[in-house]
Amino acid sequence: MRHKTFLWFFLPTGLAMLLFIAMPIVSVVTQSIFAPHPAVLIEVESCTPLVGCTTETTVDQEATATLRAESPMGRFVGLGIYFDRGHLAIQEVGQIWATNDTWDGFFSELGNLPFYRAMAFTLSFTFIVTPLTILLGLVIALAVNSLHRHLKGLMIFFSLLPMIVTPLIGSLILFWMIDSRGVIGNALVNLAGDPDFSLKASTGLMWVALMVYGIWSSAPFAFVVFYAGLQTLPKDQIEAAQIDGATRWQQVKFVVVPHLMPLVTFVALIQLMDNFKVFEPIIGFSAGAHAQSLSTFIFNDMNGETRQLSSAAATSVITIIGIAILLSPVLVRTWRDFKGAR
Amino acid sequence: MASRAQRMPTSLRIASSLFVLLWFILAAFPFLWTVWGSFKVELDFFSIADWTNALTGARTEAVYGSPFTTTGYEGAWIQEEFWRNVLNTGIVCFFVVTISLTIGTLGGYALSRSTYNYTFWLLITALIFRAMPPITLVSGYLLPFFEWNIWGILPTTIIVLVAINQPFTLWMLHSFFKNIPSELDESAKVDGCNQFQAFRRVIIPVMWPGVITTGLFSFLLAYNDFAVGAMLLSESNRTMVPAIAAFLGTTQTEGNVMFAVAAVVSATVPLFILVMFFQRQIVGGLTAGAVKG
Repeated sequence: MRHKTFLWFFLPTGLAMLLFIAMPIVSVVTQSIFAPHPAVLIEVESCTPLVGCTTETTVDQEATATLRAESPMGRFVGLGIYFDRGHLAIQEVGQIWATNDTWDGFFSELGNLPFYRAMAFTLSFTFIVTPLTILLGLVIALAVNSLHRHLKGLMIFFSLLPMIVTPLIGSLILFWMIDSRGVIGNALVNLAGDPDFSLKASTGLMWVALMVYGIWSSAPFAFVVFYAGLQTLPKDQIEAAQIDGATRWQQVKFVVVPHLMPLVTFVALIQLMDNFKVFEPIIGFSAGAHAQSLSTFIFNDMNGETRQLSSAAATSVITIIGIAILLSPVLVRTWRDFKGAR
Repeated sequence: MASRAQRMPTSLRIASSLFVLLWFILAAFPFLWTVWGSFKVELDFFSIADWTNALTGARTEAVYGSPFTTTGYEGAWIQEEFWRNVLNTGIVCFFVVTISLTIGTLGGYALSRSTYNYTFWLLITALIFRAMPPITLVSGYLLPFFEWNIWGILPTTIIVLVAINQPFTLWMLHSFFKNIPSELDESAKVDGCNQFQAFRRVIIPVMWPGVITTGLFSFLLAYNDFAVGAMLLSESNRTMVPAIAAFLGTTQTEGNVMFAVAAVVSATVPLFILVMFFQRQIVGGLTAGAVKG
């Protein structure tokens, strides 16, 4: 295909991505290094007879407006927003580091800083949910594969539901069930034997509930991919293993799992990236008090009374960097494939 | 079929069947429970006294004289005007799917037929864009959109969702067009077509299976979107998912949780139907990237 023809075919989609993905990234990065102008304050002394004089501080609307009109980007602060107390909190971390001798104390005080708390949840969620999803997906795939032909289709239909359903809606459905008045929550209250028992009251239990939702909603994806992989399992290898006297467990371990290994890598990479974005379940579970992720951190900054766009932009940039690190193995692999294909 | 040697021992067969049953309950029960409960009053849906009330609807019967009531649905659809949000979601989904398939097909086709190096870099860029959470882009949209006075309206959200959708659409359609032998359009070009005519007369008639699969995923993206709709739409233009999220804030205080439950069930029904009719395409789309890689 000639360059010119290619350009015409690619122009609409390229333009859409340039304007609404590439430009916003530039805009986010610029926003994160500029802070909005503070209002210009002036002190006015007002004197009333008998009462005396008071000094009032008021906003000089005119001066503020001129300042904002002169440089609409705000004032340049460099990496200031990244290092402030709401984000990486370099100063506070330094103090905590200086005052704590043990790692334990250091980490527990670090947990009081909101950004590090969000980071801690995002990373724990990513690295706990991903392996458990893969494991559960694999077991479901093996179990469903041994079913009768007619049951398989039905099982695939119902298995797809937790994944297909809108994340916010799926998490609400689960949330209403684990609510202390809901059916599962109620059962847990009876099991614990404590009428005040509530998932919502404990940070630890809330984390567990969010992770259970994470596994529940992404296991179907792992299942479907592994199930498709099982259909291409070479029969002769299994037979050879049987003739050599391999037990069923050994067949799974030495034939099935190695055959599925490329798929495991694929699912793991996709899931790492998706779990790193964890967002809707925290909103759906109203878990903001116990767990924040990088995405909810951005969302709260933008959604508040005062839209803190610079702060949201700084967190966005940090999130994008995190995603880039997680994505790098995929990029390296795609590059190798490309080199190999030529 | 399975030989005798491959047949499972009874104990393993039972364990495996029990596990499938357990997963079936885990996957399906929450939906069935919520659909059933959406026709009850709140005291039955959240039954503290006796959980069987949720099944029998004792309180609902006491209030309405029948174990089923549609007050939740009436409240959501009529009183809270949920139909507006449904309509908005319909408009957004229709346009996002149509536009992103139109421009995505052209782009994906070009990427699959060009042999130059830049196709690789374009695909890599698309992959990076695909991995970025939409919420990180939103703070970049807000200021310019306020400035140009296009914040809050449906067309803005549609075009943003189309753009966010493009990387995935390009990858899907690129690998799909790769599987259509290029001899087809080459021979059309030999017969005197230009590239676009070859695309229109030869490729379009055979591309529908791949386009339908891609369209399904575009639809799901637009339908399931929360971050973009919640931040970029004004209150009167909200789509379903942000509306349900906004519902929660207001209804919890008024004791109208059942409105939210009814809205949630209403929003799940289209997805149910979608999976029922397009199960094969969805499974195919999910595994397409995996099995080849």
